[in-house]
Amino acid sequence: MADPEIKSYEPHHESQSAAVTESRPARLALMAVAFAFLGIFLLLPLIIVFNEAFAKGIGAYTEALGNPDTRSAIRLTLLVAAISVPLNIVFGISAAWAIAKFEFKGKAFLTTLIDLPFSVSPVISGLVYVLLFGAQGLLGTWLKAHGIVILFAVPGIVLATIFVTFPFVARELIPLMQEQGNGDEEAALSLGANGWQTFWYVTLPNVKWGLLYGVLLCNARAMGEFGAVSVVSGHIRGLTNTMPLHVEILYNEYNAVGAFAVASLLAGLALVTLVLKTLLEMRYGAEIAATRGH
Amino acid sequence: MTTAPAQAGWRFRQPSVIPGFGLTLGFSLAYLTLIILIPLSGLLWRSAALGWPEFWAIATDRRTINALRISFGTAFVAAAVNVVFGTLVAWVLVRYRFPGRRIVDAMVDLPFALPTAVAGIALTTLYAPNGWIGKLLMPLGIKVAYTPLGIVIALIFIGLPFVVRTVQPIMEEIDKEVEEAAATLGANRFQIITRILFPGLAPAIVTGFALAFARGVGEYGSVIFIAGNLPYKSEIAPLLIVIRLEEYNYPAATAIAAIMLALSFIMLLVVNLAQSWSRKRYG
Repeated sequence: MADPEIKSYEPHHESQSAAVTESRPARLALMAVAFAFLGIFLLLPLIIVFNEAFAKGIGAYTEALGNPDTRSAIRLTLLVAAISVPLNIVFGISAAWAIAKFEFKGKAFLTTLIDLPFSVSPVISGLVYVLLFGAQGLLGTWLKAHGIVILFAVPGIVLATIFVTFPFVARELIPLMQEQGNGDEEAALSLGANGWQTFWYVTLPNVKWGLLYGVLLCNARAMGEFGAVSVVSGHIRGLTNTMPLHVEILYNEYNAVGAFAVASLLAGLALVTLVLKTLLEMRYGAEIAATRGH
Repeated sequence: MTTAPAQAGWRFRQPSVIPGFGLTLGFSLAYLTLIILIPLSGLLWRSAALGWPEFWAIATDRRTINALRISFGTAFVAAAVNVVFGTLVAWVLVRYRFPGRRIVDAMVDLPFALPTAVAGIALTTLYAPNGWIGKLLMPLGIKVAYTPLGIVIALIFIGLPFVVRTVQPIMEEIDKEVEEAAATLGANRFQIITRILFPGLAPAIVTGFALAFARGVGEYGSVIFIAGNLPYKSEIAPLLIVIRLEEYNYPAATAIAAIMLALSFIMLLVVNLAQSWSRKRYG
């Protein structure tokens, strides 16, 4: 940081730097504790997933993944993500445009509301839809009379997934677009571009890496959501079972290889997500907003 | 929606040449209302419709109270553990240079990316009496899996990145010159850490604690596998909601959910107060 400056007026630089960091043994001890903690709490769970998945060899692993119920769980998970993620992308862009490009009353409150799903237990996120669409629910009798099935079916799973992944794209784009300001858009508009052109050729290229970052996290959560989906799914094998729910069923049936084989796919997704996320942060750190995590 | 009231003093929005305000705000509000606000107010409406005596009976049911106590208690302990180790991990990542630092840094986000059910079965397998870690703890008489201690372990896993990612950016911003100034004035390392570094980090640590705690209270997927789920002993509140739902006992599920939301809301207020206090005290 400002090191060269300090050197110029500080003759005892060596002893000085020792005073602003820990002694070597202390440093090593702190690092050892941190690594041991991370090793036990993060690395071991990851290792055991793959260890258990391949415990009975590659044959048992591929056989577990070839199971028709497993196949349909994978398909359902992909379908749910393919519906809910694009919807949340459209919402995220739209909300970010309204919040970042304009000054209006109640903006802070709206931003707080968007973050709301993060502070609600996943089980409650599922419960609210049961209360709305269930047989005893507010709309239950009306839906039944019209033959519309939402709960214990794909629409319910999609809704619950949208609920829990709602903030990801918006909260990534809002600070980023606020930081970038309106200058580029105003220039494009003054040169005669219309609103859509300004968005497609100016705003979107400016935020594309931040958007990708948000989509990545949104997708990981959409494919991995357990609690909310568990409440609304009804656990019908082959029909309303997503991959995380299928992991639970197999595990409770003492089919460890099967459970961990499906889990290994989800763990692989998590690893790919982390790698892509890290690459994005390394290459385009400045173009992704400062808000990290979640 | 786009046309602001025409009074001179008050405007709904500042004038701007950028188009699309009505469209984007309108769509965002409609989507937010349909997906989040209507379902959530349905929950509040249903619990309000219960009537006070019935609500009170559910709230003071021994099983409900125990489940809430277990959820909030284990989340508190796990968040406290994460404050200590999460701050340490952040310190090591910010201050020390070592090979593979980038990978370790990326690993911290694993709990965000790994589906909770996967974390749940992995931790249970590790801590079961015949598991890699459970086997080592068994001779010491420590049972982790299927006890409240198991819940704490799962919540430590889930909450760790919240503390690290809240504290880390603030640590990076610490001006080393202040530390150097303190050192030249004769402060030792311990004094510098407790008197100069910690006060600056305190608000971030409180925030990290609150985020980890809030997440832990509501956590379901990673906990139910390792908890053993014994009523009164290791049954968490979100699981009790699910059980009541499966019994078609909607009033009880609704009431417990409303209590959880209210407690989380109160907690958020307390944390906000604590934060502004620590900012005033140390800021």
